[in-house]
Amino acid sequence: MSDATHTGGGQRRTSLTVADARTKRRNATEKRFRIYGLSAICAGMFFLVVLMSAILTNGLGAFQQTFIEVPVYLDPAKLDKQGGRDPEQLAKVSTFGYAPLVQNGLFQLVSDAGIETPYDSAKDMKALISASAAAQVRDWTLKNPDRIGDTVSFDILASSRVDGYLKGRVSRDGITQDKNIDAGHLDLVDALRTQGALHKGFNWDFVLGADASESRAEQAGLGVSMLGSLFMMLVVLFLALPIGVAASIYLEEFAPTNWFTDFIEVNISNLAAVPSIVFGILGLAVFIQFVHLPQSAPIVGGLTLTLMTLPTIVISTRAALKAVPPSIRNAALGVGASKMQSVFHHVLPLAMPGILTGTIIGLAQALGETAPLLLIGMVGYIATNYPDGVISGFMSPNSAMPAQIYEWAKRADPAYYERAWGGIIVLLVFLLVMNVLAVLLRRKFERRW
Amino acid sequence: MPVSWLILIVLAIALVGYMAGRMRIAGFHGAERPHSLPNYYGWNVAMKAMVPAFLLLVVWLIVQPFVVNSTVSAQLGEGAVPEGASMGLVMSDVRRVAEGLDAAVAQGLMSPEQVTDLRTEFSNVRERIAAAGVALGSNVTAPVLAAAQTWRKMNNTGTLMMSAVVLGLALAGAGWGLAQTKRAFRARNTVESGVRILLLSAASIAILTTIGIMLSLIGNTIHFFRIYPAADFFGSFTWSPSFGGGSQLGIWPLLWGTFYISIIALVVAVPIGLFAAVYLSEYAGPKFRAWAKPMLEVLAGIPTIVYGLFALLTVGPLLLSVFGRDGLGWMQAGTAVMTAGLVMGIMLIPFVSSLSDDIINAVPQSLRDGSYGLGATKSETIKQVILPAALPGIVGAILLAASRAIGETMIVVLGAGAAARLSLNPFDAMTTVTAKIVSQLTGDADFASPEALVAFALGMTLFVMTLGLNVFALYIVRKYREQYE
Repeated sequence: MSDATHTGGGQRRTSLTVADARTKRRNATEKRFRIYGLSAICAGMFFLVVLMSAILTNGLGAFQQTFIEVPVYLDPAKLDKQGGRDPEQLAKVSTFGYAPLVQNGLFQLVSDAGIETPYDSAKDMKALISASAAAQVRDWTLKNPDRIGDTVSFDILASSRVDGYLKGRVSRDGITQDKNIDAGHLDLVDALRTQGALHKGFNWDFVLGADASESRAEQAGLGVSMLGSLFMMLVVLFLALPIGVAASIYLEEFAPTNWFTDFIEVNISNLAAVPSIVFGILGLAVFIQFVHLPQSAPIVGGLTLTLMTLPTIVISTRAALKAVPPSIRNAALGVGASKMQSVFHHVLPLAMPGILTGTIIGLAQALGETAPLLLIGMVGYIATNYPDGVISGFMSPNSAMPAQIYEWAKRADPAYYERAWGGIIVLLVFLLVMNVLAVLLRRKFERRW
Repeated sequence: MPVSWLILIVLAIALVGYMAGRMRIAGFHGAERPHSLPNYYGWNVAMKAMVPAFLLLVVWLIVQPFVVNSTVSAQLGEGAVPEGASMGLVMSDVRRVAEGLDAAVAQGLMSPEQVTDLRTEFSNVRERIAAAGVALGSNVTAPVLAAAQTWRKMNNTGTLMMSAVVLGLALAGAGWGLAQTKRAFRARNTVESGVRILLLSAASIAILTTIGIMLSLIGNTIHFFRIYPAADFFGSFTWSPSFGGGSQLGIWPLLWGTFYISIIALVVAVPIGLFAAVYLSEYAGPKFRAWAKPMLEVLAGIPTIVYGLFALLTVGPLLLSVFGRDGLGWMQAGTAVMTAGLVMGIMLIPFVSSLSDDIINAVPQSLRDGSYGLGATKSETIKQVILPAALPGIVGAILLAASRAIGETMIVVLGAGAAARLSLNPFDAMTTVTAKIVSQLTGDADFASPEALVAFALGMTLFVMTLGLNVFALYIVRKYREQYE
């Protein structure tokens, strides 16, 4: 920059229109620097795109499920030995009594269609159908006892291997080591598919159903853990919102400047940065070991997540309260309102949109949080039962959406991996809806003073 | 009486008190106008009915189990504890038996009198309780049954007394409030100072949470160091827990894994995040910025379980195909330090970029203008003026990101593997402090064993490390902000 002044004797020929070597170099550096910045942003975007496409390509399959339409002959000799269709007698036949009927139905279907197979007994075909089929037929039969003796057509879940074969997850090379299915079964699947007995449909059971045991990936669903998450979020909403707003009002409007207020503020800013797993330890030690609340219950998860979300809500609520101009407070005080009235009648309603936005974002954060739930035992519990009421929804063991996804990821079965990805899609849809709601709220009610 | 009913009744008393208070003052008009609006008289009564009753309820619910527990264990005495069991185990047996008897009464299998007359000599208690749906691990001995009877009796009388006292307190409070309800009574001031105390106690929950964290960590950590020497914990280089006993619980392999993964994450996140922040704040037009910044921040809003799955199922296999046996042969399995570090780096990019963006924006425009005036290009201004001026803040941002990386759990649980080892190869599986907290506390281990308690010592270490980093980083950031305000 200052070279020109140094050159003493002969004037160097410089031109404003023709860049000299040094200017060129500087301009090139400038350009390079700019490209670095742009490529950093592109890298970020690239990671986002890769992440999203990994989620979608791996997870969308979970929303489709393969069903086989099997005509099942509800044999009265097996299901109702006494006759008379007495419900108590019918209930005594367990799923073991129904399984052969379903297998026979499938065998009948295959031989009626004239498909050539190496399997000559019904039992050999059981690899095609889910282990849950017998329970499905049994439940239906107990509800419709008058149909015993008829042949009823059921849409039965195909086993996870068959489902994976149709989705391209299971290949013929891959099953050589597999004890659950062999190549002959896959030939049979191909034949059934051309026949039309095999069809794929939208998998409502995945979204609304219950978790299943490790060997029945085709049956597992997210519904029960979704309820667990819902009950936890209710606890968080009804505790964190009032407490957080009350704390923020105190700190923003009433707190005197003294050491105690400072101490509260330091605590809040530190809690906001404490790792979430530490809150899990807190929940375990205080709510389970000390207060003896039931393990794995949504109420414990909700309380733990409340403590974790509070700092987020306090920080955003304080920002919303700060944004209300002092003239509003002064005007209220001027017409004779007390300090408390000015806050509750004027400042708080004006800050409400901001508070709600912050609360929704805090809830979204709590909804996706997994680590504390691991410690309070919301993982490993197989959520097969819907809670039978509001109280049991809070108090009886359950899982939560992210904990359920983690559980599936641990089961180390590609069929469950697909479920885990699918669960992530559901979770992200919830988060997306919450965040869009927060943005819309802010847009609609945002006020510039 | 169940607690939920008690709460409802107290609320009903408060509601009735509110209306009574309002009605009582509503008669005055004109010159006889009361001091406050009628609502405040109502609230005064309701507050006095609710607040003391609920406080007492909470305290009672916390204290009663302790009193019952200590009385019953004193009654049992050390003699009732069989060889190889602890008092806690016997007490949990007692609790199960008591629950079983309660269940039996609730289902009508036994009458309350039958339960109190139950003897182990005459009937098989285990079978009768199993009939009520409560399964017991072993046969019920006479002292355990007696203890369970005491347990039930104390709990029943305790709950009864609690109901009586709480309801009495609610009624007395409402009566007091109603007695105060006179024309000259300054109801608004009373209610407002009550509300103020409520607000203050809500704010104090932050302190209570911190105290709760400290107590739960410190208490269990001390317990751990009593059965496992602290010198071994901090001095040993081996981590091999075995639930049969004789485990070596040295923290160094875990700390090394934590640091290694965090460093890889920061090596990914800091350059990308910093360059992105510089570009967004110095080069990008408002339109590009309005679009790119939220897109980057989406990465911060994605739950960590998603990143964990991404590491386990996408990044791990991808790295394995390049560096694994079919490629360079450095990697044994998909879960490795590199897998977790890379994914954690992606997660931290928006964290670094948003914080640095704020900090770069806080550098006064006059510094830039001065630099441009001297003929510097944009990149020269950034490198020689803006970044040095923003450096303390950026260091603070990086430290905050580091504290996030150290405390991150799900990515390492799913992506880093489970083997605790001290190795320099970033493609080896290693484990971290957070991952081990999870694995030591989620098994079926007994809470009193050192293998489970070590998790609290690990948690304490984690808490101290992240707290130190946060306090230091916030101090730097705050100091830097003051410089330009």
